[in-house]
Amino acid sequence: MQFMLLFSRQGKLRLQKWYVPLSDKEKKKITRELVQTVLARKPKMCSFLEWRDLKIVYKRYASLYFCCAVEDQDNELITLEIIHRYVELLDKYFGSVCELDIIFNFEKAYFILDEFLLGGEVQETSKKNVLKAIEQADLLQEPRHEYFNVPVY
Amino acid sequence: MSDIVEKTLTALPGLFLQNQLTGGAAAAKAPFSSRLGGLVRGITALTSKHEEEKLIQQELSSLKVTVAAPTTTLKMMKECMVRLIYCEMLGYDASFGYIHAIKLAQQGNLLEKRVGYLAVSLFLHENHELLLLLVNTVVKDLQSTNLIEVCMALTVVSQIFPREMIPAVLPLIEDKLQHSKEIIRRKAVLALYKFHLIAPNQVQHIHIKFRKALCDRDVGVMAASLHIYLRMIKENSSSYKDLTGSFVTILKQVVGGKLPVDFNYHSVPAPWLQIQLLRILGLLGKDDQRTSELMYDVLDESLRRAELNHNVTYAILFECVHTIYSIYPKSELLEKAARCIGKFVLSPKINLKYLGLKALTYVIQQDPSLALQHQMTIIECLDHPDPIIKRETLELLYRITNAQNITVIVQKMLEYLHQSKEEYIIVNLVGKIAELAEKYAPDNAWFIQTMNAVFSVGGDVMQPDIPNNFLRLLAEGFDDETEDQQLRLYAVQSYLNLLDVENAFYPQRFLQVMSWVLGEYAYLLDKETPEEVIAKLYKLLMNSAISSETRAWLIAAVTKLMPQAHSSTIVETLIQEFTVSLDTCMRQHAFELKHLRENVELMKNVLPVDKSCEGMVVDASLSFLDGFVAEELNHGAAPYKPHHQRQEEKLAQEKVLNFEPYGLSFSSSGFTGRQSPAGISLGSDTSGNSAETGLKETNSLKLEGIKKLWGKEGYLPKKENTATDEVEAQPISQDSVIMENVDQIITKRDQPPALTQSKEEKAKQLLASSLFVGLGSESTINLLGKADTISHKFRRKPKVKEIKSGEITSAHTMASSSFNSLSNEEDYYLDTLQDRGDKELKKLSFNSELLDSESFTELHMVEKLSNCNLSASSLFADNNLEIFHPSQSTAVSVANEVSLASSLLEEPTEHMHSDLMEVCNNETISVSSYKIWKNDCLLMVWSVANKSGSELKNAMLEITSEENLKVTEQVECCLPIIEAESTKNFQCSVQMEQPFTEGILSGIINYQMMDSHSVQLEFSVALSLLDFIRPLKISTEDFGKLWLSFANDVKQNIKMSESQAALPSALKTLQQKLRLHIVDIIGNEGLLACQLLPSIPCLLHFRVHADGLALWFRSSCSTLPDYLLYQCQKVMGES
Repeated sequence: MQFMLLFSRQGKLRLQKWYVPLSDKEKKKITRELVQTVLARKPKMCSFLEWRDLKIVYKRYASLYFCCAVEDQDNELITLEIIHRYVELLDKYFGSVCELDIIFNFEKAYFILDEFLLGGEVQETSKKNVLKAIEQADLLQEPRHEYFNVPVY
Repeated sequence: MSDIVEKTLTALPGLFLQNQLTGGAAAAKAPFSSRLGGLVRGITALTSKHEEEKLIQQELSSLKVTVAAPTTTLKMMKECMVRLIYCEMLGYDASFGYIHAIKLAQQGNLLEKRVGYLAVSLFLHENHELLLLLVNTVVKDLQSTNLIEVCMALTVVSQIFPREMIPAVLPLIEDKLQHSKEIIRRKAVLALYKFHLIAPNQVQHIHIKFRKALCDRDVGVMAASLHIYLRMIKENSSSYKDLTGSFVTILKQVVGGKLPVDFNYHSVPAPWLQIQLLRILGLLGKDDQRTSELMYDVLDESLRRAELNHNVTYAILFECVHTIYSIYPKSELLEKAARCIGKFVLSPKINLKYLGLKALTYVIQQDPSLALQHQMTIIECLDHPDPIIKRETLELLYRITNAQNITVIVQKMLEYLHQSKEEYIIVNLVGKIAELAEKYAPDNAWFIQTMNAVFSVGGDVMQPDIPNNFLRLLAEGFDDETEDQQLRLYAVQSYLNLLDVENAFYPQRFLQVMSWVLGEYAYLLDKETPEEVIAKLYKLLMNSAISSETRAWLIAAVTKLMPQAHSSTIVETLIQEFTVSLDTCMRQHAFELKHLRENVELMKNVLPVDKSCEGMVVDASLSFLDGFVAEELNHGAAPYKPHHQRQEEKLAQEKVLNFEPYGLSFSSSGFTGRQSPAGISLGSDTSGNSAETGLKETNSLKLEGIKKLWGKEGYLPKKENTATDEVEAQPISQDSVIMENVDQIITKRDQPPALTQSKEEKAKQLLASSLFVGLGSESTINLLGKADTISHKFRRKPKVKEIKSGEITSAHTMASSSFNSLSNEEDYYLDTLQDRGDKELKKLSFNSELLDSESFTELHMVEKLSNCNLSASSLFADNNLEIFHPSQSTAVSVANEVSLASSLLEEPTEHMHSDLMEVCNNETISVSSYKIWKNDCLLMVWSVANKSGSELKNAMLEITSEENLKVTEQVECCLPIIEAESTKNFQCSVQMEQPFTEGILSGIINYQMMDSHSVQLEFSVALSLLDFIRPLKISTEDFGKLWLSFANDVKQNIKMSESQAALPSALKTLQQKLRLHIVDIIGNEGLLACQLLPSIPCLLHFRVHADGLALWFRSSCSTLPDYLLYQCQKVMGES
């Protein structure tokens, strides 16, 4: 995977993770172009896009678009499932996740992503293992009460 | 589950609004104490971009103060980092905080460190200089006893790490492979994967540990190791064939549900793992029957198990199909895979349909009948509202294009092209259309019109190959001269028409093409005079929208037309106009034009009509300067260094350490550099006399840099279409073909034609038949040899002049019957070769179209064979190549040599040697010499003959050398007595200390006559660099290694006639005359190696193209390549 972007229906970027070294200018350009292209697509359309020499796989969850760039020979459908698994992880962690959780706790969203995908590859596919790792890190460092939404395990 | 998420998220905008208005529910989620919360809310409340910018700039400047303040605690710093990340995500620059992120990662407690590491991984990229500051922190954390710290360090290493610092952490990470916690082992494997990506050499020694990771008891660790294996197998599958069994076993276990239930995803066992394994198997089984056989069972099982109707099962199915079509085919599996593709294609879900098309595109060359099965779906997709589906369909059609369906397919592609705005798509599509048009164009008019469309739309973004190839095609023409003229004339006429259109805008590239064609071929016009054409060009020249590059093309065209024009008032005004132009280039051209006009004879000589393909005699190697160069070099002048070498040296001086390896590129287009037709048009005016141009280019179309995608036969105009009235007749005949095909297809699909078909249906049917025409009959053959559209680059065969359907079918049946009976591909190739040779099987020549689409690698050999008129066995089996060095293997001792040398004239030594040559003489004595090219040195043998009838005393031979030659092993220089009428031999070995073109070995011979007066004679022998060059026998692998290790290189193109440039003759010349060793021959590229004695290696990579050789030398010595190149040019010029 080359990068992952989360953005709202209004085109606001909510999360960005780049797995290839790019300049800030290039990142901004890509983001702008992609957000525009994806938002312009109709809901019935295919979840895949050919963009430059990359394949863009996106899916909308409520007001939030999850958008991944993979190489042409990668499997688009499984990328779609990567997005879905990530949403499941967020959901389980925040307890029925919503866009606000991601906005206000975006660093948490990054931590979860880093336990799931590492360096652009799937690191751990077991939901239980990912959440266990996050939970351990959380437990060691913060008192529970700061986070309204942390589920009890 | 997803439904729940959907619902929750759908409720969000409402929530959000509410929150803004009342600060209600959501406010509780993010406590007011959180400064980030404040920032986010602040931004959301704003209405304009401008306000947002103001707020964030404010925020950033306050953050800047805070992070820099010494009183800021780490806890506050963590808070600041989060806000900085947020600002940066919104697109604002927060680079002042980067260093603080690193500090936080270094100093903070766990909580702060975690945010610090996150910020670093988000802010920096792997080449960022600040990253070096993180290395120590990482090393410390890797050694920590706290698992969380180790995890964090490994996480950051797996994402970004400076390549040159890998050795600092590598041993620590290797240790972690044995860690008791699986999460640590897993992350360590991924960190090593990252290292493998950025610096594969550094982790080479731990490959054995990867195998351990593959056998890890934890599924996560094993899965992580597959990333590394996938990558390594992609790079080189042959070294991992032994692991096939393990991968198959793992996949069997996964498919069989043997993994812990945690790894299930929507009740499918570990789909990610399955897909990864399938991809690995696909790579391992490619073109390898034995390996493929190991996996047939598990693939079958995977197909069977993936039954659930869920996206993830389709993902697995898709990968299965891909693998099945990648590996050595098994018909049973192929059948199942084909059914699977059907499921995708026919699915109402658009994502699956898309993947169905993608799969079809992938397999279509192996199995065109699949396209026939799904033709109606394909037609529907062609008009799909989603452009992505449409594009994938076009991609599919592109792969099945043939001479019969070309017009329809290209029309569809052009329609799509006109709707596209994205540059990448345009470039891509334009290239494909141009390729197809050149390959399959049905007639001149269509070809020119299609190319006009390509140039108009593709304009200035398309690949420069396209106009270059097009011009070359026009200029070189085909076998038939009248046909060529027709094509050119048509092009000229169509351009004149286009230029007549008022207010039309054409891209610069198109105008350049037009001006070249008009300049070269306007003479073919009957009605329009050259003056009229010049007038049109002049009008363009005066247009302000024209770029100065195009102007140069235009003026070149005017220059070419001028000799044909009788009165030329326009030219006069043009000259007046541009001799005062501010553009120096234009002024130069105008002056050239002016002077040419004053000398009509010269003008006609330098601007001949229709001679763009015939090279003017230009001494490209500048051999007339040889003497001068040699002299200057001998006087100590520095040898010429080409521009790129000087630059490299300059760079090398600036940079002390160079981490980059010098890349080895054998790509066809990579190294010669593309030459644009600008060289062509300008070359044919007088500017060819500048040294720069003269050196590199000769005065003709020379496009060696261009990929030889389209051969001369690529574009096959049909005979019957030459006359315009026949062109008109064409559509009718095509229609009838189409109608026939409708019938064929309908019967083929076993669907009785519906009695009442709607009009639309009929239109679709008609479209289908025109699209899929010619596919069905090919399928039998294509199943045998994997078809590949790219193989047309090897096409060099008698052109198919006329194709009559009856003959095609007979040829097909013949071909298929003979092919079907063959069991394996080799036989098939042999047969094809035989068929080719066998002139009696003339009918098969109609089948050449078909044969072309087969991708047998031997094809280029065949091509060469026919070029050289050699029999199949004689080209590479022929080793007269080696005969020139018969002595290489036989070792002869030096002592032996001496004795041999004395009786030299009678029996030649076993080493190669030159003829005996007298170097000086008088009435009493004669000194002759010859060279023996020994493997390790150059041996000079001097033979002193006493011609007189009396003894000579105290004869002494002294050899003095120039400074760059070293003379050793002088034997018996002094002879007290030479008897009457006898001959004495001396020998010495000579080494070269500095490369040079030509050196001189001089000597003196002294002797005393009987009357004791002493005589002295001087003599000299010229030695050339070639006397010191020996073949260097190395393997291709060593060649590659050496190549990379050498820094000095020289590239040059040598132009020569087609027959000379043919690979075998070029090889022969190089081997014979330069004593190069042929290391390998790859297609039309050759690798040669030699060494300058005693042991300075020099490598040569050369490539043959239509009209010359591209040479590329590399050596450890900086001057040797230049000298060798010079010698090469000389021998190539001679031959």
